Formats: sequence, structure tokens, C-alpha cells
Amino acid sequence: MPKAKAKTPMPLSREELLRAYRTMKTIRVFEERMCKEFENGNIPGFVHMYDGQEAIATAVCMNLTDQDYIGSTHRGHGHCIAKGCDVKSMMKEIMAKTTGLCRGKGGSMHIADLEKGMLGANAIVGGAPPLCVGAALSAKTLKNGGVAVAFTGDGASNQGTVFEAMNFAVVLQLPALFIYENNGYGEATGVSYAVGSGDIAGRAAAFGMPATKVDGTDFFAVYEAAREAVERGRVGGGPTSIEAITTRFSGHFVGDAQLYRAKDEVKRFRDTMDCLPIFRQRVTGEKWLTDTELADIDAEIDILIDEAVAEGLAAPSPDLSELYTDVYCSY
Amino acid sequence: MTMKTIRQVINETMRNEMRRDPRVILIGEDVAGGAGGTGEDDALGGAFGAYKGLVGEFGRERVIDTPISESAFIGAAGGAACTGLRPVADLMFVDFVGVCFDQIYNQIAKFRYMFGGKSETPLVILSAIGAGQRCGAQHSQMLHPMLTAVPGLKVVMPSNAYDTKGLLTTAIRDNDPVMFLQHKLLLDQKWEVPDEEYTIPFGEAAFTREGDDVTIVALSSMVHKANAVADKLAAEGISVEVIDPRTTSPLDEEAILESVEVTGRLVIVDEASERCSLAADISSIVAEKGFSSLRAPIRKVTAPHTPVPFAPALEDLYVPDEAKIENAVREIL
Repeated sequence: MPKAKAKTPMPLSREELLRAYRTMKTIRVFEERMCKEFENGNIPGFVHMYDGQEAIATAVCMNLTDQDYIGSTHRGHGHCIAKGCDVKSMMKEIMAKTTGLCRGKGGSMHIADLEKGMLGANAIVGGAPPLCVGAALSAKTLKNGGVAVAFTGDGASNQGTVFEAMNFAVVLQLPALFIYENNGYGEATGVSYAVGSGDIAGRAAAFGMPATKVDGTDFFAVYEAAREAVERGRVGGGPTSIEAITTRFSGHFVGDAQLYRAKDEVKRFRDTMDCLPIFRQRVTGEKWLTDTELADIDAEIDILIDEAVAEGLAAPSPDLSELYTDVYCSY
Repeated sequence: MTMKTIRQVINETMRNEMRRDPRVILIGEDVAGGAGGTGEDDALGGAFGAYKGLVGEFGRERVIDTPISESAFIGAAGGAACTGLRPVADLMFVDFVGVCFDQIYNQIAKFRYMFGGKSETPLVILSAIGAGQRCGAQHSQMLHPMLTAVPGLKVVMPSNAYDTKGLLTTAIRDNDPVMFLQHKLLLDQKWEVPDEEYTIPFGEAAFTREGDDVTIVALSSMVHKANAVADKLAAEGISVEVIDPRTTSPLDEEAILESVEVTGRLVIVDEASERCSLAADISSIVAEKGFSSLRAPIRKVTAPHTPVPFAPALEDLYVPDEAKIENAVREIL
């Protein structure tokens, strides 16, 4: 006889759930608008979209404070927003404006905000994990209870720097998290081809740390895995790896024709793997939040991103003298 | 004043700075040695024994043995430097930048610029340079030209123990990443070194011989060969000025240009291979900014465009010697 479904207790407070939705949705709208502004010619260089992966950055960073550090990737806008970077300053930075987070000298792939514990997006695949274990070493040495998180992808999971960083973190029992966002592709090459073992979490476990694989489209699954890992790190329990299975709705970069994906793949994944409706259905279905509350947030975010773009476009470019500054503290 | 080796002053300076500032840590392969072994702790004190005893005083939390994993520990030192520590990382042989250069030049050197001036990376990477110990092509290089070419790095190359102490103190207290390159052949030579602390600013050359006929600019261990040539030629009435830049980034261009203004003649001695060497760099600076002072062509004395050979006779031929320096001076007199 089927049992009546028990009402699930709320895993987070209402305020936290609202914050989670706000963060995920901000990332989504930011990225969709980024794509549009790139096509409008308002973004120099090139940009990599995080849309589709929002639940991961959001769920992990909700376990962190400004004293904790994260390192990111070339696909870093979502991590920045989730870690608390100011959205308008980010937009200005990506538009190469002097009032941007890095005064227009970093750009999309190098946004950093050390005040917020954001050690930088990183344009070198596998570049950040060694730096992140250094931030974890600081936390351990200074005994401040902090943790450091290295966000990487399936692509970086094959880099030697990442293997070294994992071993180093295990040897020194550092409060570090390695988050592998497995979105199925490293540029235009599939995981089934490029990851020899096909099992990133299994490979991480072989370095001697707890490693789990979670559904990266499920905010709650990622949140719970990250919560355990962060708690372990804070009390001296050493590093953890989490492989989050996800997808990207955009190409490797804006403008990528994505010929390496089956014609219907993105549509299929949008229908079945979109973390936003999955979250929305869960929280409204459980009656933790209402549709009205979420719609209000949607409206606020639309205004925020409109303002960010307008202010970004109006902001000044760096003075030409900026070319020569900020190379050294003193020289 | 006490006579001390470079090995001794590295130890003394590390000890002083670690006592002075609890944020200073030492990290690298076998900086203590013995972790996980069945024998003694502090078994090596670094590949050159310069850190012996530090783990005893400061413990393994601040004297950190790492796996043989340069990308990890150099990168970690960089990450730690911008999150509250002031690491000194021991890279053993400079040749090993080959396995961690991404962390040095794409990451650490560029943080401050990429982040719009909002970060500081107080990191010292200590590393041994130079040929002469029959170590072959992968343990004998100089590589300071490549490092000097990276904006965001400072590069220090002391030629004696006195300078080592002052410059290393400055390096550890500096808020930028510093490559601190000490020549293997100088480690056990002795110089007079005061016991008290002192600093030597970066970008200030030392005049190790004064003269007005020819200027020799020499780096690291080459300074001593240049001095010997100057002393020999002095007996013939030839007056040679020897300049030791001490740091290649920043470089004391002014000292070199002022000297050449008097002498009108310049020889640059650099143990690096000739192409894109510091010798080539300084030569171009003087050609551009001091051309009117020159009374003769600039001469460079460098290693050839080859890897460092193993066979003793070949290695001796590879490294610039006093005869080559003397010839270069005589050619332009």
C-alpha cells in the first residue's frame, strides 16, 4: 500500500531560499543579457556563459562567508555573483570600464574581488586550484576556520596542476573543496572522450579524500554535499571533491556554433536539466515559497540588469595613464 | 664583523624574518626533510642545507615540506601570499620553473595588474642558478633573462653574502613577488657580514671596482671574475669600473649610463646564453640612451647559444671566464 508522502522539512530558511533563487536568477539574466550585449558589440574580447550551471555556484557559495575564498575559471561570472561581487561593477568590468571591479584591467576572464573572497576568474584551465590550496593553507596557518573552494570543470579535471593541488591538499590536510562542474564538454570535446576514467569523482577519491557525485541541476543536492564538505574543512577534516553533473545551455564562448552537439541536445537539456524551473517547482510544490514571491524577484532582477547595462555603457573607459599603473606595489 | 657564507646568511635572514613576522612561512621540497621517513627530522634543511634548524624553532606549520610538486607549492605560495601569509618558497633549482611557470608568470606576476591594483602578493621564490658543478643541462641554467622579462616579477641576483642578507630581508618585506636567485658556486664562499639586520633597496647597483677607462657590468658569480680582471689590468694602468646591478628587475640603468658616460666603453658579462640575455638587454639600453657617450662598440661576454654541457671541459668552455672578459676589455681599449 503506497504511503502518503510526508511533508519534507525545509532544508533552508525562507530567507535563504529566496536568496538562492535570487542568486541563480541573477546569474541567468546577467548571462543572457551578456550574450545580447556581446552581440551588440558592447563587450570587448570574448565571453564564456555560465547559464545552465547556476545551481552549483549558488549552492556552494551559500555555505561560505566573505572570509572564505573561491577560485574560478574562464566561465566565472556565476561564481562571482554567487560569492557576492557587485553585479553592476562586474558589468562595468566586462565592458572594460574604469569603474569596473578591476578598473577595466581584468575583463571577463580575470574578475576578482579579494574583499569578497573571490580570488579571480582564471583564463588558464587548471590555473586556479594551486592558488586555492594556498588560500586554504592561509586559513589553516592563521587558524581562522576559513575554507577555500576551487571551482573547475571536466576540462580542468585532466590538468596536472589539478592533480598536484589535490594531492597537496590531502598531504597537508587543507580546508579545501574541489568542485568539478562536469558540463559534458571541454571546449568542443566531450567528457566521454577526454576523461580517461569517465569518473572525475572516483579519480579525486583516489587522491585520498572524500569525493561525491551529485546532480548539479539540483540546488539542494549540491547544497547538502557542499555543506558537509565545508563543515569538514572548517574543523580540520581536510579536503573534499564534489563532481556536479550539469550542462551548459550556451556554447564554449558566445558565438560558438556548437556543431559538436547533436541538433536537439540543448533543447532537450533545457527541457529536462534547467536548474531554475527545477528549483522553482520544488519550492512552490513544497509550499516553501510562492509564485508571487519568485515573480517579484524576477521583476527586481530585470530592473537590476537593465540598470547595470545602462550604467556600464555610460561609464568611462580607463585613462590612458592606467596602462602603466598597478604592475607593482613599488618599483 | 663575522665572516659568513651565503648558506649561513640565508639561514640567519630566514630566522630573523620568521621571528619578526609570524606570517612568514617557508615552503618547498625538503625544506626540513624527513617527513614520513624512518630516520631523522630536519634531515636536509633544504637541498643546500640552508634552512637547517628552522623547523626546530618554528615547527612544521611554518616550515612546510611539500611533495615534489612545484606547480602545487609555488601556486599555493602565491595563493597564500594574497590571502594573508608572506611565504618564502624554495624552488631548489631554477631549472624547475619549467614545471611551474604558469603559476609564476600567468598567475602570480599578473594578479596586481589584472585585479586593478587591488591585490598584494608578498612572495619570495628562492632558487639556485648557474653552471660549474657538472650538473648537466637541467640543473645548471641561469634563466634570469626569461624571469626579468616578466612584468610583475622582481628579480634579485646577489653576488656575495653581504648583499644576500640585505636583499633577502628586503625581498621578504616587499609586497611584490620576488625571484631570488643565488649562484650555487657562491654558496660556501665567505664574506664579512654584520650580525645586525639591514636592508638593501632593489634597483641600486653596487660599484665593486671604480675606474674610468672601461665599464664592466657583471651579474651574480660573474662579478668576481670581472673584479679579478679589473685588478689584473690595474697593474697595467688600465682603470676598470665594475658594476654589479644586484637586481635585474628593477635595473639600475642610471648607474650604468653614468659610468659609461665617463668611460665611454662597456663590457657586459652574463652567464646566460647570449640571445635575449641581460647582456643583450643592457647593451640595447646603453645603445639607445647612452650612444653619444660610447667611444667603442659594446662587447658582450656570455655563454653560447647551447644547453649547459655535462663534460667538465665543455662546461668550462661554456661559462664565461676571466680570459674572455679580459680579451673583450682589450678589444675596445
